[in-house]
Amino acid sequence: MKGFWKLAWVEIKLYLRQPEAAFFTLVFPMLLLFLFGSIYGNTPNTFFGGRGMVDVSTPAYLAMIIGSTGLMSIAITVSSNREKGVLRRYRATPLRPAAVLASQIIVHFLMTLFGGILLIASARLVYGLRFEGRAVDVLLGFTLSTLSFFAAGFLLASVAKTARTANILGMVLYFPNLFLSGATIPKQTFPQAVKAVSKFMPLTHVVNLLQGLWIGDPLGKHVLEFAVLAGLLVLGVAVSAKAFRWE
Amino acid sequence: MPLTTPAIEVKSLAKSYGRLKAVDGVSFSVGTGEIFGMVGPNGAGKTTTIECLEGMRFPEGGELQVLGLDPRKDGQALRERIGVQLQQSALPDDMKVWEALDLFASYYRKPAAWKPLLDRLEISDKTNTRFSKLSGGQKQRLFIALALVNDPELVFLDELTTGLDPHARRSMWDLVRAIREKGKTVFLTTHYMEEAEHLCDRVLVIDHGHVVALDSPANLVRGLKSEIRILFTAEPGFDPAALQALPGVTRVEKNGENVILAGQGDRLIVFVVNALDAAGVRFRNLRTEQPDLDDVFLALTAETGLDGVSR
Repeated sequence: MKGFWKLAWVEIKLYLRQPEAAFFTLVFPMLLLFLFGSIYGNTPNTFFGGRGMVDVSTPAYLAMIIGSTGLMSIAITVSSNREKGVLRRYRATPLRPAAVLASQIIVHFLMTLFGGILLIASARLVYGLRFEGRAVDVLLGFTLSTLSFFAAGFLLASVAKTARTANILGMVLYFPNLFLSGATIPKQTFPQAVKAVSKFMPLTHVVNLLQGLWIGDPLGKHVLEFAVLAGLLVLGVAVSAKAFRWE
Repeated sequence: MPLTTPAIEVKSLAKSYGRLKAVDGVSFSVGTGEIFGMVGPNGAGKTTTIECLEGMRFPEGGELQVLGLDPRKDGQALRERIGVQLQQSALPDDMKVWEALDLFASYYRKPAAWKPLLDRLEISDKTNTRFSKLSGGQKQRLFIALALVNDPELVFLDELTTGLDPHARRSMWDLVRAIREKGKTVFLTTHYMEEAEHLCDRVLVIDHGHVVALDSPANLVRGLKSEIRILFTAEPGFDPAALQALPGVTRVEKNGENVILAGQGDRLIVFVVNALDAAGVRFRNLRTEQPDLDDVFLALTAETGLDGVSR
């Protein structure tokens, strides 16, 4: 594993040097938090089941971060590194191919986690965010969701021949997921028809899972979400393992 | 040429992409400390061959030994000991020059100090520059630095000087010679014949995936048996017919005061000058045109167009 941690460290720096990736992971969720927080505040109300807007939105914004690092960032970074020949250059060194992919996973996971912590800390400090769940369960749900969406990102990078295609595919999947899953707009406000479509968005299951665990649902109440996300993980890994190309 | 233990030994290398046989039965060996060049038209199989040797591609046939290792099985161990400059590769746009060297050095068990490398490649003033902000020549020099960062025993340079200006090309040549002077072996591909002629101990000419010739540049030129041309000017009254009888002369033409004589043999010019002098002919501007590797290349690969399609 020589050089692996150095590669991971360099990849973190590279991530933060891309304004668009850093924006969607670190800045945009906070903008939403402060926008809706300043409009609605965090006063408990019956519409959100006796909780405040921020209490319900914060776990949903976590899902938004996961969706953007997985479907956008991973897919674009990996496919453009392949297209430009960066992966080829790495392959000509003793660095193991798995280490190149693992470094991407670690770096994007850390960035997702960092974005999440930044968001939670801001919500807590500014709006007195309430937490009724178990931290371990939330971390478990967060980790599974993140890895599933990373697998989806690798799947996109594997099936797309060019970085441009991966970018388009990522956006085509990310934005409907973003708006129809409840990650940005609370699901409680959706009309029936939109709710029906929402069920087919993988990110909806991340939102449901994290919102549930946030208020202390037992893990057993979210078997469907765990099953869907585990399925996405297996599918993503299987397709990537078969279709991924280094050049 | 020091031919002790071969650094590279290839027997009947074969690699196809679908129905296209990119390399078909290529055999050669490269001695330790040699600068070995591979030339050929686009699509001849140069990059495929070099990438099979580097362990980047897997040939379906043939025997391969690079530094005593089989690139197909011992790729990991091999990459520890070789330096590779790829024809098409890049670094992430936002990676800085020092980060790239620091990172690549960390991949190897015995890295070389990379700061002196930057000095030698004249990019030490770009240490903090991002990859995307480098010029083509600077990128190329960075890739050479990365290829040397593990102090390799054998260096592969694929199209080293493509896209460089003549000055940068000359300094690359000096660098390649310096690499060899440190006892390392250099395997390069190029499509500049001038480069192969100046730099290489031996040149392999490849076309359509086959070896067409393999020898030193001087021997390749000699083997071409093409004509030397002797050009001079003489007063208009001069009758060149007498020169026709000299040994080796095949053709004499006169056009105004310009005389062009073609023929073969190392002593051709001696015969011509002696004959002119003996006849009291006042000649000026005498020069010869020797065939060079360009002619060899064109003669050997004549049936192929630039795009690699048979005419």
